[in-house]
Amino acid sequence: MHKAKRVSMYAFLCLAAFVSIFPFFWMIVSATNLSVDVTRGRLLPGAHLMDNLRNLTNSVDIWNALGNSAKISISTTILAMLIASLAGYGFEVYRSKAKDIVFSILLLSMMIPFAALMVPLYRMFGQITNFFPTFGIDTPAAVVIPTFTTAFLIFFFRQSTKMFPRELLEAGRMDGLSELGLFFRIYLPTMKTTYAAAAIITFMASWNNYMWPLVILQSPENQTIPLLISNLGSGYAPDYGLIMMAIVLSTIPTALVFFLMQKHFVAGMVGSVK
Amino acid sequence: MKTADSAAGSGSNTFRPSRSRRFKSGLVGWLFIAAAVLMIAAFYFYPMIQALILSFKTGTGMNLKFNGLANYERLFTDTMFLSAVSNTFIYLLFQVPIMIIFALFISVLLNDRKLKFKGFFRTAIFLPCITSLVAYSIVFKYLFAPDGLVNAFLLNIHLIGEPIQWLTHPFWAKVTIIIAITWRWTGYNMIFYLSGLQNIDQSIYEAARIDGASAVRQFFSITVPLLKPIILFTSITSTIGTLQLFDEVMNITRGGPGNATTTISQYIYNLSFEYSSDFGYAATVSYSIVIMIVVLSFIQFKVAGDRNA
Repeated sequence: MHKAKRVSMYAFLCLAAFVSIFPFFWMIVSATNLSVDVTRGRLLPGAHLMDNLRNLTNSVDIWNALGNSAKISISTTILAMLIASLAGYGFEVYRSKAKDIVFSILLLSMMIPFAALMVPLYRMFGQITNFFPTFGIDTPAAVVIPTFTTAFLIFFFRQSTKMFPRELLEAGRMDGLSELGLFFRIYLPTMKTTYAAAAIITFMASWNNYMWPLVILQSPENQTIPLLISNLGSGYAPDYGLIMMAIVLSTIPTALVFFLMQKHFVAGMVGSVK
Repeated sequence: MKTADSAAGSGSNTFRPSRSRRFKSGLVGWLFIAAAVLMIAAFYFYPMIQALILSFKTGTGMNLKFNGLANYERLFTDTMFLSAVSNTFIYLLFQVPIMIIFALFISVLLNDRKLKFKGFFRTAIFLPCITSLVAYSIVFKYLFAPDGLVNAFLLNIHLIGEPIQWLTHPFWAKVTIIIAITWRWTGYNMIFYLSGLQNIDQSIYEAARIDGASAVRQFFSITVPLLKPIILFTSITSTIGTLQLFDEVMNITRGGPGNATTTISQYIYNLSFEYSSDFGYAATVSYSIVIMIVVLSFIQFKVAGDRNA
């Protein structure tokens, strides 16, 4: 009886692991096969990886899309960490009743679905286009600006700041550091792991963002990688090998971030609830 | 709990720093949070006020005029809106509980101290979270195609006699969306439960075992009550996520067949950018999701009880 229970436990976990991994396996294997073989259900690696890559780069400018996504995600991540950590630190270290009220109001923004912001934001950026075309519709800046500040990340930094040893600030003040100096010279280096976790969360979300770029970016040369993949996938006669190649390329950066920083990643997710 | 004054900090042992010092440190604190507050005000709260005004207007593109409550009345007779709402609620009622139960069950299994290959199982089940919503949606669309691998497999093991129309049958298309979302997010929720389980003292379980409590009983009498705050957190985030569902339906079914899988977010997108740019009515529909999120989060808090929440 007891043994049967353990066997079924392993069987269930193996099944769950299989279901989780199989789509990855299929997408990688399909990137090495011709489209006809993929439709025939071929599940073995093929010899057409380079063919698929060549077909892909000949039909769409995937390097440009990857570059756009990188530019947008990296600038979003840097700005997000700077603004959110300053605020999280400010709310916790210079705590006051008034600031706590402001903080709870900021948290309300987490309840606002992006779909509700989409229309007014689009109209705002329509107006911005008239005065500052470089920040207006169909520019990478317009993707970054409304998305990099999130109440979630401010909350995350505030929670982590609760663990920060305040004595370090006192010591810094004795040494004559300014308030801003304390933040950059003492807080920032001490909180490296928090920054790492925040960077991963923000980078992943930005790299994968679809709805806002879909609304605000229009010309093909500004396309980000999710937009390009969505377009490839909506065709009527899909070239499976080519599309899977594109999907694999788009997943490599996030997979690398995940495997290199797995510990921070999980710590970051969980830290935010505690 | 630390007080504001000790945080503002004077090096000495006085309980209150001098008045000017307090004023200065108060001002410095506001400067630290200023940028974030301005950004959130400009890109969340200001647009929501704009949306509220828009929701009372009608017209196409930029030519809008006020029409009172007409948009709100239109909601109740708009069959597209009503089917988007009912689809979204079907996803919510089936997908969120299924996923939470799976995630809880798997995390309880993974928390077993004698389990081997724990790291492998955990990483494998978490892996779907690294894909972008668009990328996995396209993969699922092909796997669930009429001649796709899922049908081929089910036909092969003789579970079905003919291919299931996963993408073009109103019922099965919803099932496909639910399967896809569950695949993507179960591992994500599992991580939260695993960390919660690690904080539960093992001796509670030992005591229960000595008292003769079965594994099922232990699960419902110990695990679930102790994880309640985390279950509440995950069910609220999942509810908010499901109410905003967009990327998957756009890329797997395009909302079809007919409107069988359309969600509210997708309907807002269609109203604004696919049909005739009816921004006013789109804003009205937007407010309906905001209200639903607020009401549902409130109900979940109440149902979970205020003790732990």
